[in-house]
Amino acid sequence: MPIDTTTRTIEIECLRYDPQTDTEPHFSSYQVPFSDDMSVLEGLQYIKDQLDGSLTFRWSCRMAICGSCGQEVNGVPVLSCHTFLRDYFPHKLRIEPLNNFPIIRDLVIDQNDFLDKLESVKPYLVTKLEKPLAAGPHLQTPQQLNRYYAYSQCINCLLCYAACPQYGLNSDFTGPAALALLHRYNADSRDQGWQVRAEVINADAGVWGCTLVGYCSEVCPKAVDPAHAINQNKVNSAMDFFGVLKLMNKGGTE
Amino acid sequence: MSRYRSTAKTAARTYMQPMAGWWTKNPYFVRYMVREGSALLLTAYALVLLVGLWRLSQGAAAFDAWRAALASPLSVVFHAVGLVMVVYHSYTWFDVMPKTAPDQPIDPKLITGGGIAAAVAVSVLILAALLWGAP
Ligand code: SF4
Ligand code: FES
Repeated sequence: MPIDTTTRTIEIECLRYDPQTDTEPHFSSYQVPFSDDMSVLEGLQYIKDQLDGSLTFRWSCRMAICGSCGQEVNGVPVLSCHTFLRDYFPHKLRIEPLNNFPIIRDLVIDQNDFLDKLESVKPYLVTKLEKPLAAGPHLQTPQQLNRYYAYSQCINCLLCYAACPQYGLNSDFTGPAALALLHRYNADSRDQGWQVRAEVINADAGVWGCTLVGYCSEVCPKAVDPAHAINQNKVNSAMDFFGVLKLMNKGGTE
Repeated sequence: MSRYRSTAKTAARTYMQPMAGWWTKNPYFVRYMVREGSALLLTAYALVLLVGLWRLSQGAAAFDAWRAALASPLSVVFHAVGLVMVVYHSYTWFDVMPKTAPDQPIDPKLITGGGIAAAVAVSVLILAALLWGAP
């Protein structure tokens, strides 16, 4: 299908919040001319360049890989560079910052809580012994790669946290992406870190904080399926509790 | 307190959106709440059956009284709503099953479909056995 380059106009409503003057957010509405190939992010950039330079939002790669541009569009968490204005026309768009995070300004949220959680799951290979360089590369079979590959595709965009009411209700919950990354390393044949990550995974705020709402996996732009990563680990966590993991010699590093 | 510091000078005055009414804001969450809520009806139905068992232990007269109570219009409505909810609950149960299973090389739809097929088959069998056994 040839791209329609004729210009139409769409209404974009943006949440605005200026911490220096506002006590709570309000909405501003803009009329944005767009062509078929324009993303929601490009709509926001048009507003910033042509209509209101004070509108604040995050973005970087414009190609769904940096994870910076997450927004709520009509209440659904999306990557704004990966979502097109034409799909909303003739209706208007209501753009808000990602749910469940403190708003710093306009569409920009504070991600620090997630960074703490990411760090807590030790998202790197934990091994019993340092393998000497001379021993050569650590080979994996395609099956071993498959066990964690999907979970390693996370771009830390936080759409899943915005989609998670349990995180919204209790921000102690480690949350979808961090737990999916925890599983990504536990599932790696080169890793022996189950025990050092056990405290996080077994906690009430770990996998047991999830009630399988499942919306995180729906909104994930990288098909990471955090709900699956978390819920299959309820079995592992229970087996760890009863000492079965140790018997199966899956305990890893003490 | 996060050990990460925001680079924004005004980050001290952030705004947190309220959670009140969160589940009404997205149809996905409404379905989730119905799924969880349907478990309450399941429990209520199980309690009704338990009462029946208890009445049975008290003799034929008590059991017949319990059965008569079940025939009241209120009870029929309760059972009709209960049936719909139990069917929906079973569907959602199999719907989330692939998420609770370890990584499988097969299509998750097969796990869900297989579970539903098994539930339907068992229900039909039990129903057939009941009708067969009924005087
Ligand atoms: S799991 Fe998916 S939605 Fe969540 S942060 Fe990673 S890429 Fe984004
Ligand atoms: S701008 Fe990088 S993911 Fe959208």
